[in-house]
Amino acid sequence: MTSSEKLTRWIVTAPPTVFLLVFFLAPALIVVAAAFREPGEFGGLAPWSGLSLEAYRFLATDVIYVEILLRSFAIALLTTLACIVIAYPLAWLIARSPKKRRDLLVLLVILPFASNFLVRIYAWIMLLGPLGLLYTPTAVIAGMVYVHLPFMVLPLYTNLEKHDPALLEAAQDLGATAWTRFWRITFPLSLPGLFSGSALVFIPVLGMFAVPELLGGTGDILIGNLIKEQFLDNRDWPLGSALSIVLTIAVLLLAGLASWGARRGLHGTEAVS
Amino acid sequence: MALLEIRNITRRFGNLEAVKNVSLSIEAGEFFTLLGPSGCGKTTILRMVAGFDAPDEGDILLDGASLAGVPPERRPLHTVFQSYALFPHMTVAGNVAFPLEMADKSRDEIRRRVAETLALVHLEDKANSFPHELSGGQKQRVALARGLVAKPRLLLLDEPLGALDAKLRQEMQVELIALQREVGITFVFVTHAQQEALALSHRIAVMRQGRVEQLDEPDRLYTQPANRFVADFIGKINLIDVEVVAASKLLLTLKAAGLGEIAAIDPRPIQPGERGALALRPELIRIFGKREAADLKNRFEGRVKELLYVGDVTLYKIELANGFVLEALMANAAPGRAKFHEVGDPVAVGWRHDAGVLLRD
Amino acid sequence: MRKPGFAIWAASLAAYAFLYVPLAVVVLFSFNDSVLNAQWVGFTTSWYRKLMSDGDMLRAAANSIGIALLSAAIATALGTMAGLAMHRHKFRWLPFLVLTPVAMPEILLGVSLLLFFRQVLDLTLGFASILIAHITFSIGFVAIIVRARLAGMDESIFEAARDLGASPWRTFRRITLPLILPALVAGFLMSFTLSIDDFVITFFVAGVGVTTLPLQIYSMIKVAVTPEVNAISTLLMALTLTLIVIASRFAPDVLKAKA
Repeated sequence: MTSSEKLTRWIVTAPPTVFLLVFFLAPALIVVAAAFREPGEFGGLAPWSGLSLEAYRFLATDVIYVEILLRSFAIALLTTLACIVIAYPLAWLIARSPKKRRDLLVLLVILPFASNFLVRIYAWIMLLGPLGLLYTPTAVIAGMVYVHLPFMVLPLYTNLEKHDPALLEAAQDLGATAWTRFWRITFPLSLPGLFSGSALVFIPVLGMFAVPELLGGTGDILIGNLIKEQFLDNRDWPLGSALSIVLTIAVLLLAGLASWGARRGLHGTEAVS
Repeated sequence: MALLEIRNITRRFGNLEAVKNVSLSIEAGEFFTLLGPSGCGKTTILRMVAGFDAPDEGDILLDGASLAGVPPERRPLHTVFQSYALFPHMTVAGNVAFPLEMADKSRDEIRRRVAETLALVHLEDKANSFPHELSGGQKQRVALARGLVAKPRLLLLDEPLGALDAKLRQEMQVELIALQREVGITFVFVTHAQQEALALSHRIAVMRQGRVEQLDEPDRLYTQPANRFVADFIGKINLIDVEVVAASKLLLTLKAAGLGEIAAIDPRPIQPGERGALALRPELIRIFGKREAADLKNRFEGRVKELLYVGDVTLYKIELANGFVLEALMANAAPGRAKFHEVGDPVAVGWRHDAGVLLRD
Repeated sequence: MRKPGFAIWAASLAAYAFLYVPLAVVVLFSFNDSVLNAQWVGFTTSWYRKLMSDGDMLRAAANSIGIALLSAAIATALGTMAGLAMHRHKFRWLPFLVLTPVAMPEILLGVSLLLFFRQVLDLTLGFASILIAHITFSIGFVAIIVRARLAGMDESIFEAARDLGASPWRTFRRITLPLILPALVAGFLMSFTLSIDDFVITFFVAGVGVTTLPLQIYSMIKVAVTPEVNAISTLLMALTLTLIVIASRFAPDVLKAKA
């Protein structure tokens, strides 16, 4: 490669790289560091006085944090399952539609997503208020599902599109009922799509605070709310940082699990198609 | 002085030596072809001449001046790419005008030369069309026009006819020859299609695994292949393993296992006992009935194993006494050709003793 | 191909209803002539008029639009470079750096930027901090769109341009740029939309002085819910909807990028 080509390479790569190193990577590292500091008197971080594990000790000893973590996982799980149930027929329809209609159907799924996130939550406040369902776990889950549904529909339909219809015909020909055909053929083949979609729902849900805050009761706070509290209300930044790190680790593990599942499932589809 | 001189260039990719110490001299005005199977290094050499790659060793000189370190945009040579690489957002005229714009020519001159060059490739009426509106053959011609319009010292062509169907390909070959002779620009052509190379070129360099096996004019490549690979790669060939029995200025006596003695001619000094292959072109072999031509020196008995009638010729596969299957080509309308042989017929094959070429191992 | 049966159609229609009815209700009640959102009383556009004279709202709108325009412009420039770099030069760490801000939970990005701005830069939170935050998560979106556009093109045309005498800069100006322009427009529109709509990250880095439309809506929801919220929500929805539809005309991959 000539030297002018090497130079162009760096001219193009450098600006976004530098920007992201400064405003994405560095802040991430700061969070890790901040968890080892003491909280300042009026909030924020106290001046440097050596490493402190205060924040971590807090987390490890107080049961309430474990409770909140588990509750967050539970809500994320329920949301994911609800999304799967609602999204599956929709994704199936889209996958089996002729191309033109398919694009339109996909657009119709995404358009509500174009509306402001708060507006979508507000819509549920409006609907659930008169029904007296506001400030309940159900409301929280409904809101979470509403916000994240498109994330489940899209990877799923992308996967279903690739299924060979001849497989189902062959199964029917061999005497399988509709339920069996779904459960034994379609469902296993759709696992990679389900893994992707679940990751795209589960992970963001874990970090949400606005939905529980606006739709849930005081007993329904999740990790996201806790983090927000520490940073903006209590101003205990080390604790908030430690919580963020816990969330990040959870996210990384889940992302790893999801990509493992997506890849493993792919082998299944390759073998069949 | 040669226009383009390639001196001892070597190019490695990791452990693989794609080009091994190749030297070539290309003269002004000639149609020079690099011919070989895929992976032989011909495209690598082309890219190094164009400037998209650089040799690890050796040098490339244009008009005596080294091209080392000169980026592609400053080399006075242009490439016709295999995929044509036409700019989709510009019209045909825009595409052809591009090199002239890069050379900062005046608008008038650009307009004039674009019109001239489009006329040269018979595409004047498509000047305002976009590439996606053109057929494969038309795109091909736009790519040619674009490469020629700035009158480069050299035009490099990377398997440009590969995407065309057989008939169009042949038509384009004829057009290319005429074009090159008319414009007089040196063409360096890369292909794996040996028939194409034979038809178009003044000289051909046959390559295999990074080395030049033979550099010669088409007819000499065909009638005097230097080794087994070239003989087999160009056209159809019969290769009979032989051993030299006796050699004199006028006659070479060879022995083939199970066949007996074969007469041949070779002007080079050869020692008895040397081994090699006798290369025989199928069209130089004649087929006789079992009892005919008994007085012919190179005459061997056999049986027709297969035949393929293709209208103008018939391709025969004759199994000889030692099991060797000889391919022979007979024109169906040849004068005196009264007899057509059938599968299973006992026949005799023969050839003149200057028909075969000895390839030494 | 077997056509989907009645059950599938019914379930799908129900899903679509689930998606659209709540939003329809919001829009409908923005015209409701009643302070309470409970029952439909009568048609009025008074809430929209109220918006126009609401100082806080107008200030928030001005901030939102200003930040959106600026962050979209900068993010498009940086994101295009990133997309070009990812496509051409296969640095293994580049996709990670560019795409992770897009994939991770927003709260983590918001929190880390808050910490960084206050602790390391000692920057007062306001317009600049929001701007930087928005650019950070938009770069990845633009990069994805640009990279997708480049992936669909015949690579040899860039070599052809250089072969025919164009320097790398001229190749970019005459060949690359015109061909990726649709992706750039789509990227700009998407970044604009993301910025105007963003709540979580903005919430953390906005500080006290500056508000944006989403932040304004949030405080209105918490403090006093009136159909004014419906009105501003409807307007915002109309804007982002229009922008996304326009963007998808320029780059069909826009929709996949969002998801």
